[in-house]
Order: sequence, then structure tokens, then C-alpha cells
Amino acid sequence: MTDTQNDVEATGWRSDKFIAGLAKRKRSERRFRLTGLLAILTALTLLGILLFSIFSTGYTAFIQTYITLDVTFSESVIDKNGARDPAELRAANYNRLVQDALRKKFPEVTSRGDLRTLFSLVSNDASQTLREMVEKDPGLIGKTVPVRLLAGDDVDMVRKGYIDRESAEEDRRVKNEELVWLDALLKEGAVSTHFNSGFFTNGDSREPEKAGIAGAMVGSFYTLIITMIIAFPIGVMTAIYLEEFAPKNKLNDLIEVNINNLAAVPSIVFGLLGLAIFLNVAHLPRSAPLVGGLTLALMTLPTIIIAARAAIRAVPDSIRQAALGLGASSQQAAFHHILPLSMPGILTGTIIGLSQALGETAPLLMIGMVAFIADVPSTISDPATVMPVQIYLWADSSERAFVEKTSGAIMVLLGFLILMNAFAIVLRKKFERRW
Amino acid sequence: MLNKTFSLAMVATVASVAFAGQALARDQIRIVGSSTVFPFSTAVAEAFGSSGKFKTPVVESTGSGGGLKLFCAGADLNTPDMTNASRRIKKSEVENCAKNGVADITEVKIGFDGIVLANSKTAAPLNLTKKQIFMALAKQVPVNGKLVDNPYKTWKDVDPSLPDIRIEVLGPPPTSGTRDAFVELAMEGGAKEFEMLAELKKADKKAFKAVAHTVREDGAYIEAGENDNLIVQKLESNADAVGIFGFSFLDQNADKLQGAIVGGVEPTFENIADGKYGISRSLFFYVKDSHVGQVPGIKEFIAEFTSEKAFGEYGYLTEKGLIPLTEAEREKVRADAMALVPLKLM
Repeated sequence: MTDTQNDVEATGWRSDKFIAGLAKRKRSERRFRLTGLLAILTALTLLGILLFSIFSTGYTAFIQTYITLDVTFSESVIDKNGARDPAELRAANYNRLVQDALRKKFPEVTSRGDLRTLFSLVSNDASQTLREMVEKDPGLIGKTVPVRLLAGDDVDMVRKGYIDRESAEEDRRVKNEELVWLDALLKEGAVSTHFNSGFFTNGDSREPEKAGIAGAMVGSFYTLIITMIIAFPIGVMTAIYLEEFAPKNKLNDLIEVNINNLAAVPSIVFGLLGLAIFLNVAHLPRSAPLVGGLTLALMTLPTIIIAARAAIRAVPDSIRQAALGLGASSQQAAFHHILPLSMPGILTGTIIGLSQALGETAPLLMIGMVAFIADVPSTISDPATVMPVQIYLWADSSERAFVEKTSGAIMVLLGFLILMNAFAIVLRKKFERRW
Repeated sequence: MLNKTFSLAMVATVASVAFAGQALARDQIRIVGSSTVFPFSTAVAEAFGSSGKFKTPVVESTGSGGGLKLFCAGADLNTPDMTNASRRIKKSEVENCAKNGVADITEVKIGFDGIVLANSKTAAPLNLTKKQIFMALAKQVPVNGKLVDNPYKTWKDVDPSLPDIRIEVLGPPPTSGTRDAFVELAMEGGAKEFEMLAELKKADKKAFKAVAHTVREDGAYIEAGENDNLIVQKLESNADAVGIFGFSFLDQNADKLQGAIVGGVEPTFENIADGKYGISRSLFFYVKDSHVGQVPGIKEFIAEFTSEKAFGEYGYLTEKGLIPLTEAEREKVRADAMALVPLKLM
């Protein structure tokens, strides 16, 4: 009896059907939330793994092993006729000084092959260090001073534990005798590790211990400056014209569709375009940041235009109308009111476009910026490379020591990207206005 | 104020473009070409630059074919002075060069590069013949006198003496010079050992090449990209996989990887140098003779490259993995290169 009563009364939101449906909807919502949470967790885990793998192999790139040796600046080796002629001091054989110092330390090593191995303990950068010392202070000639020299990459790898000392000798790049010498030096306290400042001040090198990213950083900087100088004004002007002045017609609709399409064109296509226009027609120098910047500007333009148009559109029409109502011309309304108000959005879009350009390699391949360039560029028409290209080139090198350098360079690149994006966020937060 | 900033920026840009347009005369050598020769070419460039008399040359890694295309594009100073190649220049490329006004080219052979098959040290070492390599990797193989799609799934299927593990080979993609050399030296060498294919070669060279040069696409051969370090890492984590790459990567990772014996010969420095190891190729660079004298330092660069301290038996290039020519050959290469003897094909 009660059953029938319930059946009759339970209608509307209290009906069984409704309650069952409610439970189902709640379940569905919980499921959806869980999936969302899982998606975020997956993304975070993947990001974590990526960062961990980069940081765990990369942090050692910022430390470098040095060997301190008592170097005798013998006059008979570097300045035979004692004239202290700068040209002669420059061309002298400083390697010989390093070799003599090592020989003095290990007099028992005599055979040619063993000596070669012994000399490889110290990087061939040592001769340059000594030359710079002598050029700075010719008074050193004839004296014996302890000098801190860069260790060879194999020694560095042993110190950092990347080469397993326990593995069989024939499998190791560093042989037993080298380990004996290294241990002898360690015992004397001649081996030390220091912050690798060369990583930030040297250009590229084929010797991992000497290689640095200064050339690539400067190259990236010049390239981005050119990109910004070209893409920012053109992009903003285009956006203002299209939003504020352009008549609504078929032609302008076509332009709009094309700009949106251009933003999705693969970047290598812009490289081909750059090759055709800037190198083959304009005959600008190959591998120069100037051409790289121009090419990347072509690539970033659509991004900037789209972002700038969105920002301009977000300015309320009332501001426009008020300006016009008070007698301002359309141009005055655009430049005195619309543009300043939309600037935070435009700048954010620009910076995001530029950080995209900072990570780009494909278009640069076509214009010759994927290259080994040892000198740090000093002008925008000097040959240069950029940071992602440097990472690619190091990742492709066979020397074991380049593995950590690659990760180190990735860390620097990520640092710059985070800085740029943070700057964009700060700009937006600071100047953003809500209506 | 904004107007002013914009116009200033515009002026600066136009000025910088105009200024850079004049920088045509060059005081820096430009080299393009093979990514295999790149580590050697750059090492020489660095040594050459650090002597302080000339600027360090710019070396681009464009691939052998891409390099020769740029090199042959013209004789003016906007084109590269030298190009590296991991194979010899082709007749069609010489003709293309001549058509564009690059008449005299000097060829410099710098040494050898071995291509190795290697697997992880934790697995059993492989002992292969070229015939087995062909059988394991070709798209079509002769079975009972007929060409069929490769039926072999495990190494044991190929030959009972080999381990019973799935064929899983990581190697370079078709765009790579290493791949070209591998199919030509290893696969073609193996294909010729089948009587049926040897006959086909006599009858129809093109059809033979199509069989010998086509790598299987059923997942047993994995194209791992141009990056040899990537292959090394994958081999470390997968003991069943076999990788194909240049000898220098085996040399650097000898504590983790072991090279497969091919045709009874181990891939060691000595065996590749005296030609016993079957899968090795010559490396070259080409010089545009008309640029010598126009761009400072070209002759000195050739001298540095062909000096004993660079490409000699104990030179710094052998440290980077280059396998040197014999002493007599080095002498001849050096003399010819310094005299800029023009290239003659066949």
C-alpha cells in the first residue's frame, strides 16, 4: 500500500527517475573532474621528466675541471732572441711550455705514445691561456709560476663520474696509466673544479672543454633585435589600419584570411622565402643575423598582427566614439587613445611571437645559420648562429663531453624563454585595464 | 611620441640593410657540405683560426648533396669556397658546376670513415656477413629462386648461427650520406652473393639496384633520424636492438657498445685504416680554384688540413674519429692539393 502511495507522490525533482538521473549526473561530473585532473597530472609528470633529465645531465656543464701546473716560461722556447717582439711572442710555441711542465711532473714517462696521452690531460686551450698571460705581462718570461690550466675533456668526464673507472680498460677512453697520473695530481691537490665561466664567454669550439655559448647568445640577441625592429612596427601598423581604417570589402576580407593562414605556415617555408629574397635577390651576406632576423620577422609578423588586432578590438567602442565626439580625427583617436590602451596586449603578443622566434632553427638552415662559427659576432652582418642551432650542433657531436654541454645550453635557452614570458606577464599585469 | 619611435626604428632598419648590402668582399673562408665531414672540417677550421693569421672559417653542415649544390651555384664570392662530401662528386654535379662557371675544382681526399653495426655490451656480440645483413634488411629477398617480401622476423631466421631475437635495426634515414654508403657497401655487397641477383646485375643494373638498395619498411628497420647520439642512447636502453652509425660514435662509446664483426673482421681503427673492414668510405673536400687568391687563406687552410699534424696517422683529426690514408697516399694528396690539380673524373 505504501508502495503505491510513494509512486503517486514522488513526482518532479523527487521522482525516482529524477534521483537516479541526479546520481548519474553527479557521477558523470566526478568522472569529468578526475579526467581533467589526470590530464594535468600527466602533463606535469611529462614536464617534470623532461626538466629532470635536462637538469640532471646539464648542471655539470657549469663546472669545469682545472689542473694547476708549475709552468716555466723559458726564454729559450718563447723568445729565442730575447727581443720581446710582440709578433714573435704571439707566434711562439706555448704548447711546448705545457708539455715541459707535464714532463717535469712525470719524468718516468718517456715513450712517444705515452707522452701523447700524458699531454692530452691538459686541454689544448692551455697554450692560448699562456700566450695571453705573456702578452699581458712579458715580465713572466724566465720565471716559474703555478698556472691553472683547463683539463682535457676526458679528465673532466672522469672527475664528473661520466666515465666508469671500474669498467674494463679496453672499453674506456681513459686508460689505466692516465688514471694513475690523474690520481697523482689529485693527491697533490693540483686538480680543482671551478665555475665554468668560459661557457658564457667563449664561442663555439670542437673541444668540449673550451666550447661556450657566447657566440650563439650574441647571435640570438642580434637576430631578435632585427626581428623586433622589423616585425613590431609593421605588425602594429597593419593591425591599426585593418581595424580602424580599412573599409569592409572583399579585398580586405581576403587579406585577413591570408594573414590568419600565414600564421600556420610551417617555418621552413619562411626560410625558403628568406633564401630567395634576402640572399638571392638582395645579396645580403649569408649566415648573418641580419638575414636571420629579417626571415624570422616574416615568420613572426602574422602572430603580431593577430595579437595586435585582438588587443585593439578589445578597446571599448565608447572610447573611440568619445574621442571622435570631442573632435579628434580618426588618426588622433587611434594614436592618442586606442593604441595606448591596447599596448599591453600588443606587447604581450609581440613577446610571445619573439620567444617563438628565439626557439626556431628550421628557417635558419636555409640561410646558412646552421654552421660552426668560432668567433663571437660583433656586428649584425658577421656570420653567427643562434642558441637552438648551437644545441642541435652539440647534440650531434660524438664527444661524450658534449652531452652535458647540450643540456647546459638547453637550460640557458629555457632560462631566456622563461624570462621573456615572465616579462610579458608583468607587462600585462601592470598595464592591463578592465572595462 | 610613438610616431617618432616608429619612424626612428624604420630609419635604423633601412640604414642597417643598406650598410650590410655592401659587405660583399670577404676575408673569411666559407665551407659547406657533409655532416659526416663537419666534425673534421670544423676541427681544422678552429686550429687554422687559432693561429691568429686568418679569421676562423665558417663551416655549414648542409649534407653532401646540398653542399655541392651551393658550391656549384656560381663562381662569385657569394658562393662557398669549399664543400665537404662523404662521397665522390658525381658527373652530373661536375657538369652543373661547369654550366654555372665553376670550371676548375680541386678534389682533396682526407681519409676514411667506417660504418659500424653495433649493439649494447649487455647483449651477445654479433658476427655477421654482408649476405646476412642484406637478408635481414632488404625489402625483397630471393627465396627458392624467387623474389619475395622479406620473410625473416628474427636473426635466427636469417641464419641459425645468429641469436633468436627479433630483427630491430636503428639506422639513418634515406637523406643521410651514411645511409647511401651503407646500402651501397653492405647491402649491395650482400646482394651480389646471391647467384640470382648477380645475374640480374649483369642483365639489368637498374633492377638490381632497386632490389639491393631498398631497405625493408615493415618495422624491422627503424629510421632514427640523422642524430647518431640518439641511436647510441636507444641501444643502451634496448639490448636487442642493433644500430648503424659512424665509427667515431663507437669509438667514443666503447664502454657501452660493441661493434658487430662483419665478414670476419672487427670494426677497429686499424682494420678500417688498412681496408680490411668492408664497410668504409672515403671522405673528400672540394675547392673552388677561382677563389684561391680572392679570399685570403684558402691555400693555407688546405695546407693545414693536409698537414701531418691534422690528417696524419697521429694527427688531431684521428682523435676526432677520422681514419687516415696510408702514408704514400697522404703524400700524393698533399702534393696534388697544394698544386691545385684540377679534378678529372674517370
